[in-house]
Amino acid sequence: MSNDYDVTKETHLWFGPQHPGVTGNMSVELWLKGDTIQRGITHVGYLHRGFEKLMERRTFIQSFPIVCRICVPEPDTNEYLLAKGLEQLGGIYDDVPEKARWIRTLTLEMARLAATLMVLGGQVGSMGLGPVPQWMMTLRDYVLDSFEELSGHRIYHMYIVYGGVRRDLPEGFEGRLEKTLQTIEERLPWIDRLMFENDVFRKRAIGIGYVPPEWVDEMSLSGPIVRAMGIPRDVRKDYPYEVYPELDFDVITEEGSDMFARARVRRREIAQSINLIRQMLADMPKDGPFCLKLPSLMHWRIPKGQTYVRAEASRGEFGYFVVTDGTDKVRRVNVRGPSYVHGVSLLERMLPGTNISDLSSLMVSLQTCPPEIER
Amino acid sequence: MSLKHIITPFSAWVRAFTKPYTVPEAKTMRPGAPRYRGWHINDTDRCVGCGTCADICQNEAIDMVRVDEPVNGDAGLRPRVDYGRCCWCALCVDVCPSASLGMSNEYVWVDGDADVFRYTPGVDEKPWDESALGWRKDEGFHLFDPDRVPMPHLDPLERVKTWAEVVIGYAEEEARREAARCVQCGLCIAACPARMHIPDYIAAIRDGDDAEAVRIIYDNNPMPEMCGKVCTRNCEKVCSIGVKGEAIAIRWLKRYATERFDDLKSVIDVTRSDVGKGHTVAIVGGGPSGFTAAYYLALRGFSVTIYDELPRLGGATFFGIPKYRFPLPSLDKQVQLLEDAGVRIITDHRVEAEEFARLREECLAVFVGTGLMKPYRLGAHGEELDGVIFALEFLRDYHIDRPVEVGEKVVVVGGGNVAIDASRLARRLGADVTISYRRREVDMPADEEEIEDARAEGVEIFTQSIPLRVETREGGGLTYVWGPAEMLPAEEPGKRPRPQLIEGVEHRLDVDRVIVAIGQGPDLSWMGDETAHAVGDKRGWISTDEFGATAVDGVFAGGDLVNPVADAISAIADGLRVVEGIVKRAKAKQK
Ligand SMILES: Cc1cc2nc3c(=O)[nH]c(=O)nc-3n(C[C@H](O)[C@H](O)[C@H](O)COP(=O)(O)OP(=O)(O)OC[C@H]3O[C@@H](n4cnc5c(N)ncnc54)[C@H](O)[C@@H]3O)c2cc1C
Ligand code: SF4
Repeated sequence: MSNDYDVTKETHLWFGPQHPGVTGNMSVELWLKGDTIQRGITHVGYLHRGFEKLMERRTFIQSFPIVCRICVPEPDTNEYLLAKGLEQLGGIYDDVPEKARWIRTLTLEMARLAATLMVLGGQVGSMGLGPVPQWMMTLRDYVLDSFEELSGHRIYHMYIVYGGVRRDLPEGFEGRLEKTLQTIEERLPWIDRLMFENDVFRKRAIGIGYVPPEWVDEMSLSGPIVRAMGIPRDVRKDYPYEVYPELDFDVITEEGSDMFARARVRRREIAQSINLIRQMLADMPKDGPFCLKLPSLMHWRIPKGQTYVRAEASRGEFGYFVVTDGTDKVRRVNVRGPSYVHGVSLLERMLPGTNISDLSSLMVSLQTCPPEIER
Repeated sequence: MSLKHIITPFSAWVRAFTKPYTVPEAKTMRPGAPRYRGWHINDTDRCVGCGTCADICQNEAIDMVRVDEPVNGDAGLRPRVDYGRCCWCALCVDVCPSASLGMSNEYVWVDGDADVFRYTPGVDEKPWDESALGWRKDEGFHLFDPDRVPMPHLDPLERVKTWAEVVIGYAEEEARREAARCVQCGLCIAACPARMHIPDYIAAIRDGDDAEAVRIIYDNNPMPEMCGKVCTRNCEKVCSIGVKGEAIAIRWLKRYATERFDDLKSVIDVTRSDVGKGHTVAIVGGGPSGFTAAYYLALRGFSVTIYDELPRLGGATFFGIPKYRFPLPSLDKQVQLLEDAGVRIITDHRVEAEEFARLREECLAVFVGTGLMKPYRLGAHGEELDGVIFALEFLRDYHIDRPVEVGEKVVVVGGGNVAIDASRLARRLGADVTISYRRREVDMPADEEEIEDARAEGVEIFTQSIPLRVETREGGGLTYVWGPAEMLPAEEPGKRPRPQLIEGVEHRLDVDRVIVAIGQGPDLSWMGDETAHAVGDKRGWISTDEFGATAVDGVFAGGDLVNPVADAISAIADGLRVVEGIVKRAKAKQK
């Protein structure tokens, strides 16, 4: 959008941290001329709890309940990556029971679904459209019901654990989850009508928030941001893990690299997650252990070593660099969350020239998540 | 801009007429999922206060608070949860060795007073105490393995043909795995008469430092290889993991650690301090109590001489416990370290009244640990017959290389460890063995594993069988006559039920030997009657103060003739107490 009036005076403005339009506890310090952003700096630190450092002083099992907090909307990726990293270093990754691999993948896909529902709702919500985010939060809550049943909690699941998962699927879980999937599916056409076939959204999303493809490798971009450029990049396919190789799916791409294209990718990935979950519920082994029996997880010691493990979260590539030193605690964990790149470096690069009224929806579109920036 | 894209969104109005699927108010909220992680509950009868929940809680949300007096196997503590810290991770529930801790599926609790959000589940009453739903420990997920690493044994049919040790012992990897199961709660320490530092040495084994484990073990037990093989293991009986799973094999781990080192001096520092420098102490009896007193007194700089009438030290662990359970090299290794610590060892030397009197004169203190050497008599007709022998003498004679003769068929009368040892020894000498015991099998004082081993080796056990008399048989041999018993309720609560002979029924068993193993008592006659009466009671039992001092100045006592438990580790504990008593005496003398 162009400026209707000319302003010579530069305005200095804080966007957040206490602003409903900011995606979480962070702020962007802006310098504007009129309503056009000239430049901006992101400020994080409001949420710093030092998870990485906390883990260095806790035994492996005590670190297990910490990592879920690195991502509120989608904690499971963190649980999975810490588990996988330590399992690899501890030499037990190959022994993780088959059933656990299926349940893990199921959980990861459920988490992607729940997170994508939320961000897609937020996308139009940030533009002032009420019904879609409300529906989306409701649908997400249905998925969280399933998480509650499965893991005992809705938000911080603390479910994927070293050696497998913490509990088996409850009786009748598959049926109830299928019902939720149907509820979501039933609502999807409505979302199309209200969102993608809505001129307000189209006007405010098509061509807005463009990310040039050259930046992908330059900045290590990933997830829907990249796929919305037509680049089929997805850790689930590129570096397949757990049971993804056994599932039938294609990487979803869209053209345009704008907010609209990214929303389309997400919309289609909701359908994809539903499909993957169905495949898993059908093909998953029904019997067998769901967790490896180790002499002790309390006194687990892991030899010296380091590893980098990655997974595709709804926002993009999540990576854990894990270093162990032969003791019962990690020497170092470095969490590579996509938001660090998308929400700090990329956002700052995109700010000049952005209209202030698009900032909120841009942040949603980049799916910035501060807790993961501030591990 | 297209007309379609302007109009389509308004179709959402249709949904205004569909039923909402959000709930109207908090009151209609559904209950939490069946495995919801809500407010804690605790089955306090089941909880043993081990504190493992508090250990694992990375938020330090749990304090162990005293709710009762500690008793054996229950610390008297219960977890108090602070919900200002708790993150509902439920690791506390998943780790709980007794599976007493759980979580209700209740998730709403509103109160204006912030302090109420810290309570002791199961002690402070809560509406969800009886909640059947919520997060509970699950059989498929373990923070430690509830099952013990199995101990390999020699095949029963093979082992009766040899004198080889029945228990093979853990390999290194097995020991590490077993040690890793320990949750380090320490309930065992209070149950061990010698208060051994059990969690510490288990942790050392777990972490691969066997030498450190042996050093920790030697801090208060100089016969650990013996204990590692034959201890009555009071510790394992209170192991918190044993409440739901199988107790840590504490005894086998101790055995593993000590067996790793042939030359104990390479690990144990026997440098003497000067606390007792210039003082002499005489120890009469080389059993575990005397052995222990001698070792630690020597390390404290006393000049110690230990006397035993048998050719080797070890007392009943040498002459009583058969070598397939506790082989001589294991004993000799321990004796070697005692010698290395500077103890003068005089074996094959019985101390008599005169010498005892002289020792009392010359030494700062004399310790009496002469054990129970006098077997109880059967009190049945025919017990004086040739071929009726005492188990204690049978075992002793065998171990000091005197000829023993069992014939082809043997009956062993009794149900304690001595009876089992005598029967398994007789099996190895080629006899068919039957045990005749007055009460039921569950009442047998012998270790249940021992009973099982004996049975596997072909020993037959008659229970509720009361000896009536022994007769000679024409053409040689004996007949053991017994009557069946019925069980009457115990006279006092806590006592065992009493066997009552069923009159008029007699069973007869033709045997070559009757081995009597119905107990043994002390015999202080070697001291001379006058001294014996001053030191002990009429039957020879001795009472002491908490430091092992008897009524006679300078005379200390310990072991079986003092404590009614009569096992090796209690004798060792007595030895430790006496060391403190004698050190105190030395210090008092120096003033
Ligand atoms: C057959 C048998 C099996 C047992 N099995 C077990 C078991 O599995 N686990 C367990 O924990 N406990 C067991 N015990 C019990 C355990 O061995 C004793 O509790 C322990 O040895 C008692 O130690 P103590 O210090 O009282 O002396 P004792 O071991 O009784 O030794 C006393 C010593 O004093 C010597 N002595 C006596 N009078 C004199 C004297 N005048 N001069 C010189 N020396 C003298 C004796 O020769 C003897 O060596 C068993 C006992 C027996 C007999
Ligand atoms: S649930 Fe987790 S945080 Fe709460 S008391 Fe138990 S271990 Fe601690």
